[in-house]
Amino acid sequence: MLKIWSIKKDNAQAEKKKPKVSAAQIRVQKDLTELELPSTMEMSFPDESDLLNFNLSIEPDEGFYKGGVFRFTFNINNNYPHEPPKVRGIQKIYHPNIDLDGNVCLNILREDWKPVLNLNSVIVGLQYLFLEPNAEDPLHKDAAEDLRTNRKSFEYNVKQSMRGRDVKGNYYDNVMAKN
Amino acid sequence: MAADNSTTAMQTDSRDWADRWRHINKILDRRGPFCDNSFREGYENTLLPQCKVLVIGAGGLGCEILKNLALSGFKDIHVIDMDTIDVSNLNRQFLFRPSDVGRPKAIVAAEFVKNRVAGVVVTPYHGKIQDKDDDYYKQFQIVICGLDSVEARRWMNATIVNLSQELGEAIPIIDGGTEGFKGQARVIIPTVTSCYECSLDMLNKPTTFPICTIANTPRLPEHCIEWAYVLEWPKVFKNEKLDTDDPKHIQWVFEAALERARQFKIAGITYSLTQGVVKNIIPAIASTNAIIAAACCNEAFKIATTSAPYLDNYMMYTGNEGVYTYTFQHQKKPDCPVCGENSVNVDVNKNWTVEEFIEWLKEKPDAQLKKPSLMTADNKKIYLQAPPILERSTRPNLEKKLSSLIEDGDTIIVTDSTLPFSLQLVVSLI
Repeated sequence: MLKIWSIKKDNAQAEKKKPKVSAAQIRVQKDLTELELPSTMEMSFPDESDLLNFNLSIEPDEGFYKGGVFRFTFNINNNYPHEPPKVRGIQKIYHPNIDLDGNVCLNILREDWKPVLNLNSVIVGLQYLFLEPNAEDPLHKDAAEDLRTNRKSFEYNVKQSMRGRDVKGNYYDNVMAKN
Repeated sequence: MAADNSTTAMQTDSRDWADRWRHINKILDRRGPFCDNSFREGYENTLLPQCKVLVIGAGGLGCEILKNLALSGFKDIHVIDMDTIDVSNLNRQFLFRPSDVGRPKAIVAAEFVKNRVAGVVVTPYHGKIQDKDDDYYKQFQIVICGLDSVEARRWMNATIVNLSQELGEAIPIIDGGTEGFKGQARVIIPTVTSCYECSLDMLNKPTTFPICTIANTPRLPEHCIEWAYVLEWPKVFKNEKLDTDDPKHIQWVFEAALERARQFKIAGITYSLTQGVVKNIIPAIASTNAIIAAACCNEAFKIATTSAPYLDNYMMYTGNEGVYTYTFQHQKKPDCPVCGENSVNVDVNKNWTVEEFIEWLKEKPDAQLKKPSLMTADNKKIYLQAPPILERSTRPNLEKKLSSLIEDGDTIIVTDSTLPFSLQLVVSLI
């Protein structure tokens, strides 16, 4: 028979039953356990046996959004890292790059995702959105327009929205940190 | 087929006739300059008569592959496909007829080939590749994939590579893929050549558009369709997931996209474009499928007969700029999570606690670990260094005996920032 059918066994290891563990699972284990979460972020798992679904909260310590706690859900599928994690905000907030349904406009979550990126890159990207909201890539048009034309008014509106008050006819969720 | 008059007169079965395999026998009946040393003359002395070959997918590539295998002397062909036949398949999936629409592809394809080529047995399975286990896959000597998704390829690759490692016997995978005028065929000899996972970084992601463009400044019909199914569908239907195979769902997306396109004065939304964008359908060209399937089946034939060297190991075909192919040796990734040599046997004192085990790992000079995180292969946490919430919840395990968390012979998946990917420890408790 053809020689390619027998693989050389260097040692006994080939005889041991190899586990059925998906490459996505191992990659998530690697990404998660090497996360360097800043003190402004916290992670939680609705079901700790499922590492593919978790929540992340961000409590910015500077910028427009200081004082609020912003929550996101992460959903990773078995095609990770070929596909990016799905990230969604769970509160209604006033932010140029996040719409009222929690969709996040962050390039590496969609068109610029690459398998060499990891969860840390996504988390850094999210953090950055709160420090430097970007009026050029609007997902929430009013908020972007506001930021572009008048930073003072934008700042005021952000503060109002974070307390659960209405901004231009829309009520937002109260996201203030409870001390 | 190409039978001349004298042989037609001798035929006893319309599916078979004397000399039917004459052309194949020309290759097999005598040794040629490129034959492998193990080559022995004669069809009966090759693997062909008893080779069990598995074809994954009975679609565009699958139909061609099944036809080619049957006409190249393979006798025992198995085929898996989870799909049923759609009208739109009929232009190129030539084993199917209009009356077959709605029936399972695997079953119809198997019937057709069996009825057409005498002496060939085709065994279909209508279902998912994930339904089958190692016992099923290990009966095959060659696996040919004509798949249309990265996910299915990754699963197949990992399953066959792991199985090959376990058996100590390589089951070659021949993977074909097409996209419009372009295609590729590759031969994967598990643990010897690069595998599908090794080349994952090379893949392009399907085209997606920035979500802000979709939301605010649509310019293309595709932007409107993506808006309808990415942003509008979840808003309107909350918890109901879009079923891309449900015509009612596609119709809804189509109408929503059409309305949006009207607002932005964009032309070009059609039902079939909607279906194409939502299901990420890439135009299939019959000739591309024929070329790639032919390349795959030639490799299967050469591997089974040793009559010529097989592809080493990656052929790209670019049909959109004339006929151009390029063959190269894709390199194996040493730290590939599927085929990499990252599994090590370790003997562990069965009285050790998890903490003692971790200390021992850190001191192991050939491992070079700093902050190892440990999970079992069936996804149970032993100890994770981060994030803090998981560190806290796994910390109590540090004091437990390792033998209370795993069994002798179990595998532990270790990740560490010093490791490029992961390390798999097969633990013997002594």
